[in-house]
Amino acid sequence: MYKLVTKRVLSDVSTLFEVEAPLVARKAKPGQFIILRIDEKGERIPLTIADSDPERGTVTIIFQEVGLTTKCLAKKEAGEYIADFVGPLGKPMEFPEHPGRIIAVGGGVGIAPIYPKVKGFYQAGMDVFSIIGARTKDFLILEDEMRLVSKELHVCTDDGSYGRHGFVSDVLQNFLADGEQIAEIIAVGPLPMMRAIVNQTRPYGVKTVVSLNPIMVDGTGMCGACRVTVAGKTKFTCVDGPVFDGHQVDFDELVARSRMYQTEEKQALGHCRCGCGGEK
Amino acid sequence: MEPNVTKKHPMEEQKAAERVKNFSEVPYGYNIDTAIAEAERCLECKKAPCRQGCPVEVDIPAFIGLIKEKKFGEGVFALKSKNNLPAICGRVCPQESQCESFCVRAKKGDSVAIGRLERFLADWELEHGVDVPALPVPTGKKVAVVGAGPAGLTCAGDLARMGHDVTIFEAFHMPGGVLVYGIPEFRLPKEIVRKEVDYIQRLGVKLRTNIVIGKTITIDELFSEEGFHAVFIGTGAGLPTFLGIPGENLLGVYSANEFLTRTNLMKAYLFPEYDTPIKVGKNVAVVGAGNVAMDSARTALRLGAENVYIVYRRSDKEMPARLEEIHHAEEEGVQFNLLTNPIKISGDENGWVKGIECVKMRLCEPDESGRCRPEPIEKSNFVFAVDTVVVAVGQTPNPLVPQTTAGLKTGRRGTIEADESGKTSRAGVWAGGDIVTGAATVINAMGAGKTAAKAMDEYLRSLPTA
Ligand SMILES: Cc1cc2nc3c(=O)[nH]c(=O)nc-3n(C[C@H](O)[C@H](O)[C@H](O)COP(=O)(O)OP(=O)(O)OC[C@H]3O[C@@H](n4cnc5c(N)ncnc54)[C@H](O)[C@@H]3O)c2cc1C
Ligand SMILES: Cc1cc2nc3c(=O)[nH]c(=O)nc-3n(C[C@H](O)[C@H](O)[C@H](O)COP(=O)(O)OP(=O)(O)OC[C@H]3O[C@@H](n4cnc5c(N)ncnc54)[C@H](O)[C@@H]3O)c2cc1C
Ligand code: SF4
Ligand code: FES
Repeated sequence: MYKLVTKRVLSDVSTLFEVEAPLVARKAKPGQFIILRIDEKGERIPLTIADSDPERGTVTIIFQEVGLTTKCLAKKEAGEYIADFVGPLGKPMEFPEHPGRIIAVGGGVGIAPIYPKVKGFYQAGMDVFSIIGARTKDFLILEDEMRLVSKELHVCTDDGSYGRHGFVSDVLQNFLADGEQIAEIIAVGPLPMMRAIVNQTRPYGVKTVVSLNPIMVDGTGMCGACRVTVAGKTKFTCVDGPVFDGHQVDFDELVARSRMYQTEEKQALGHCRCGCGGEK
Repeated sequence: MEPNVTKKHPMEEQKAAERVKNFSEVPYGYNIDTAIAEAERCLECKKAPCRQGCPVEVDIPAFIGLIKEKKFGEGVFALKSKNNLPAICGRVCPQESQCESFCVRAKKGDSVAIGRLERFLADWELEHGVDVPALPVPTGKKVAVVGAGPAGLTCAGDLARMGHDVTIFEAFHMPGGVLVYGIPEFRLPKEIVRKEVDYIQRLGVKLRTNIVIGKTITIDELFSEEGFHAVFIGTGAGLPTFLGIPGENLLGVYSANEFLTRTNLMKAYLFPEYDTPIKVGKNVAVVGAGNVAMDSARTALRLGAENVYIVYRRSDKEMPARLEEIHHAEEEGVQFNLLTNPIKISGDENGWVKGIECVKMRLCEPDESGRCRPEPIEKSNFVFAVDTVVVAVGQTPNPLVPQTTAGLKTGRRGTIEADESGKTSRAGVWAGGDIVTGAATVINAMGAGKTAAKAMDEYLRSLPTA
């Protein structure tokens, strides 16, 4: 059993937990993730390691409520326990080989997973220009944390309810156009957003990496659920990734595969055990 | 009445029509009378040729003799002095090619039903309460076992019985390895595995789940930080192999590992009571013809498929699955398409599988290795309309541990190199089971765990006491 040490509600749909997992905390590197299961009947779901504190033996996770497991997890309180928590899994992030600016783009659900990467660059002494955005103000999280580790932070919402009115890609376009050298762009968010970003940067020939979030089961290379085609070859996201060269990723396949259990995911909401009944 | 000497006593089992609708175990096991009657068939040969067919050297005539005398408790003791997991072996060992193939009775008729008798005794014990043998004085030596499959469990159990302080590290949330994530409930009830693991723990073995060695802790750290004196690696061969044909990433295509892990470990057959879903269409193609393929095919039927096709490129003689499993699959209505090779999976506009294109094969003359190489028959292509494909064409060792352990030698296929005792190129590190041999059997993995335990015990006793 793993103790949920602290809880912070970041927005209507986003929650942060610090989880007691000293062995994971000691090893965690930016870019890696964990897999957790709430209880004996639960599904194994992957979440990015947002932060870790080896001294206190805690690992921070931040997630958006999108389905049964994330909704039920959000109902937990500090002091409660979850059944399983394993990691750190996946490859740590790599640092760009070329000089120049690093631009981090986090959209919606991608803000949580991009934060540890920006922090990783920051701790390595690199300047990061960050852009975060969401549908509305309610989905925006981690603004203060991101500002602390970024050289510049740009915030936008699709509906203009906060920050700049527009898409993250609009802000990115300014960076692409201003002529400053870009070492790497890192984009994390919903699949359509990541696809849009890589299509946008492709003509500029700027290296653009994405952190993928396919369906997983074991997270150690044993099932193949997380397979994705990169540069024409099948890769397992859990061991070969989760970060890949975005220009090489087959997004059509990834989008299709993420819908494999759509019907079941809806059905599951009617059978939750935490009492939320799948409701907000 | 004169016992029927040429035939095994049949074991009652669920009727095929009924059992395809549930995940309950297929055979019921012998009752006491049948077990004694079957034991009577044993000639208690002096040389006991059957024993050479058992990789863990179970004293077969001894335990069968004790069944005859109705001394079941003593029988269990005789059995367990060599085999820590008899309820599992009695169910999944390929006895027909091991102990039973050497049985004198097999020369004229059926061998003694050694496997069924083993299962009978083990189940008798599980029902009547399991005794833990007296343990020796602790040696003060700490051993880490990586992986809680049959190899790791056996090695751990034996080392504990020798007085060592043993901890098993397991990546999954549950111990058992293939026994819990691969082999289905209807062949090996998970409750049986749980009880056998419980026995190992009662021997004093500690179990730490959710630890991926190589990620959470490395082998080096087991020595340097956790203070272990020796390590056994039993991480198995859990990496799925795909066919490398177009369309393999379409929706509805599973590796057998994912298909079985979702169903068994995550209990997707109980969805939505359990949260993990699985998707099985009306028509399912399973590629391959080993135990893994049979398990996948029979699982698909139970999950509601109407037609399940085994697609295999060689002929029936080459099918690697146990005869009993092929027989069960046939009874349940699995359709076998042999000498049939898949070449392409096609999908609909949403990316879902809609068909698997195959080509008919013929066998040519056997090559030097004695194997018949199949070759395609021109223009024999045809398409099965299916909505689910399960690829069951083999597993390979997980590279995680070798990749993160300097000085651990590996073979060409990613297996860890080890001598007969399981000793690897790293001092203090032993390995055994599928990680050394490639995908094999439960009993071979257990045998390797046992052999390694002996060698490790010698090594540990040679170390200076702290
Ligand atoms: C390596 C990795 C790291 C991840 N890190 C994070 C993280 O730090 N924070 C976080 O909130 N999520 C993260 N995810 C996604 C997270 O695992 C899923 O949101 C979660 O599994 C959903 O489970 P559920 O039972 O709540 O919803 P389900 O019922 O399984 O899914 C509900 C719906 O949400 C959709 N969905 C699932 N995943 C996502 C997603 N990532 N984005 C948008 N929609 C999705 C499904 O397709 C489905 O339509 C990560 C995924 C991976 C593979
Ligand atoms: C579907 C299926 C059906 C089968 N049917 C039969 C049968 O009927 N009869 C038979 O004799 N054999 C059968 N086999 C083969 C048999 O199950 C295997 O040969 C046997 O389980 C191998 O045992 P093992 O202990 O070497 O490995 P495994 O059983 O694979 O166990 C390895 C364990 O190590 C864990 N692990 C892996 N990497 C790490 C790591 N880095 N850190 C920590 N833990 C790790 C795994 O999670 C797993 O629990 C079958 C196999 C399959 C897949
Ligand atoms: S363990 Fe396997 S090989 Fe040995 S006696 Fe039992 S069934 Fe036969
Ligand atoms: S999640 Fe199973 S292989 Fe990646």
